[in-house]
Amino acid sequence: MTREAIIGAIQRGLKRGPLPADQRAMLAGRVAAHPRHLTPARGKLDLEGRVALFTRYVEREFGTVARLGSLAEVPKAVVEYLAAQNAAPALVVSPHPALQAIPFGEAPLLDVRFGTCTPADASCLTYALAGVAETGTLLLPSGPLTPTSNNLLPDNALVVLRAGDIVACYEDAFDRLRLCGPMPRNVMLVTGPSRSADIEQTLELGAHGPRRLHVLILDGEG
Amino acid sequence: MDQTSAGFKESAVTAMANAGLQRALARAKPHFAHRRQAAVDALPEFEALREVAKDIKNHAIANLDYYLETYAASVEAAGGVVHWCSTAEDARQAVLGICHAAGARTVTKGKSMVTEEIHLNDFLEANGITPVETDLGEYILQLRHEPPSHIIAPAFHLNREDWEASFRLAHTDLPADRVFRERRDLLTEARGKLREKFLAADVGITGANFLIAETGSSVIVTNEGNGDLTQTLPRVHVVVTSIEKVVPTIEDTLSLLRVLARSATGQDMSVYTTFSTGPARAGDPDGPGEYHVVLLDNGRSGMVGTEFQDMLRCIRCAACMNHCPVYGLVGGHAYGSTYPGPMGAVLTPMLTGIEAAGNLPNASTFCGKCESVCPVKIPLPNLMRHWREREFERHFTPPAMRYGLAFWAFFAKRPALYRIGTRLAALAMGWAGRKKGRFGWLPLAGGWTKARDFPAPEGDTFFALYSKGRK
Repeated sequence: MTREAIIGAIQRGLKRGPLPADQRAMLAGRVAAHPRHLTPARGKLDLEGRVALFTRYVEREFGTVARLGSLAEVPKAVVEYLAAQNAAPALVVSPHPALQAIPFGEAPLLDVRFGTCTPADASCLTYALAGVAETGTLLLPSGPLTPTSNNLLPDNALVVLRAGDIVACYEDAFDRLRLCGPMPRNVMLVTGPSRSADIEQTLELGAHGPRRLHVLILDGEG
Repeated sequence: MDQTSAGFKESAVTAMANAGLQRALARAKPHFAHRRQAAVDALPEFEALREVAKDIKNHAIANLDYYLETYAASVEAAGGVVHWCSTAEDARQAVLGICHAAGARTVTKGKSMVTEEIHLNDFLEANGITPVETDLGEYILQLRHEPPSHIIAPAFHLNREDWEASFRLAHTDLPADRVFRERRDLLTEARGKLREKFLAADVGITGANFLIAETGSSVIVTNEGNGDLTQTLPRVHVVVTSIEKVVPTIEDTLSLLRVLARSATGQDMSVYTTFSTGPARAGDPDGPGEYHVVLLDNGRSGMVGTEFQDMLRCIRCAACMNHCPVYGLVGGHAYGSTYPGPMGAVLTPMLTGIEAAGNLPNASTFCGKCESVCPVKIPLPNLMRHWREREFERHFTPPAMRYGLAFWAFFAKRPALYRIGTRLAALAMGWAGRKKGRFGWLPLAGGWTKARDFPAPEGDTFFALYSKGRK
């Protein structure tokens, strides 16, 4: 009943009844086509340009970036990073196929567990579907192999991103997401580590989400 | 809180005498304005994007019935439930019903102005459910039993010592002799306290910045990550939101996001922008088992088709209050309404009635700064003017002001008389003030001259000078 009352009040305000079929079809067409609007020029660069801009913005937003040649270099990079943060050599890894292919056996002192992060876990490695050069933003969709908790609970959030997956603008990133199927339950756009400016409007890092964000950019195609 | 809007003048005077508040305002205000300007300057397309944002919201509102129906169908297709609510009471009952069905004892909350609008926390507490605010600013306000004073920086009015005092009072299980050296120590303590709450909550309540008809997604924007923990960890996620937040597609949302954070905090993008679509899917290792949307009208549908329809474009960035000279002097609490500042002055009378909120549209100098920074170009001064007209028409204006206006109108409608009258007044005042050149006090203008002198007229009136110059 309430639904009809609200819709009815809106239609009275618009001085019309329900939209005629042809106009409904036009609006349905707009939704189906989901046209993009003006997108900023600044991210529209060649691959190296996009990687450089993405890196610049991640760092400006207090994240860090490492450039790696391949997945084989990930274990060493993780061990070094955790040591530099004085963090325990333990890592929860999202069971994404690309991350399962990492040769963690080469880092025998690193305690690796594939699965979902719990509050007891300090460091976590996830996989980004895309990076957006426009603002240094990561696109992290949820799914059976990419738990949302892994983006949120650890102190140290490490993310693998292929250079070829760094796109110019958010719209490009969502085009890639649309190719993967229907909208996932949860899609996060992440720009830097967690922070708050609620105390005297002064920025402090390490609010409720990760205290640190470290992006491992892998050379090669997406 | 809404009922104190009528006392705006008194609250404003008190606020201006409050040294702590004045210190907080002086610190924060230029900060917001400078950061916004820097972000705008760094994006050459920003002005064009404001026009895009305005068009998107106008299109959504012109077809609001269609997009709401489409949105609801998409939410249901994703396994979510939509609760349509005409009034604040409907929305409170809907939330309570969901909490009861889930057997909830505690709920965590992400920051949501609509839950402030419907006074949800008090209602849940009265019904035996403990709400826990998880946004850092909202958390301390809950400890202090205060409403937010700003729509995106709720604890805008507090200084660091207020935080310390409240934390010491509330967190009695921690050592009393602990030292807060930096702001970060406060943040770390709150993080520790709230981690326990996130994990213990049965229900998580968030607001929404946008609702997407295409996908049935609710979108939240935070810097802390508290909203994400709130909507990911508990068994049930409830989105409390309002009908004007719906937009057609993801692409429309992305265009609005480009102007939102820049206008709000001066960030290019907030840290977490999250799209939630329904409950956990088969095979998902985490996420809530239930997903509800409490979709509130509360007077908004009545704005469609009126001179106030433009207000439905508002995306709650707070740029208008961040740049408002009146807000900058009195802060948010003086307004006595859930939504302060220029956007609040326009929206509040719609939600609570002009009788209760009539003072708010008068709390403006009409300098126009709010409209010039609004990312969706809402003509805020014009809308406040419409409220003033309605207030006058309905005789809510005080008698002295009505007589004064009637007196002025009599002459304004008779130009010849007006010219003679002003010329005589100018001559008389020029003669009376010929020694000092100014007046420390004038009859009927005591309120004006109390704070500054009135300069004595020199020579002729503007009309007379203009006529001479033209010849």
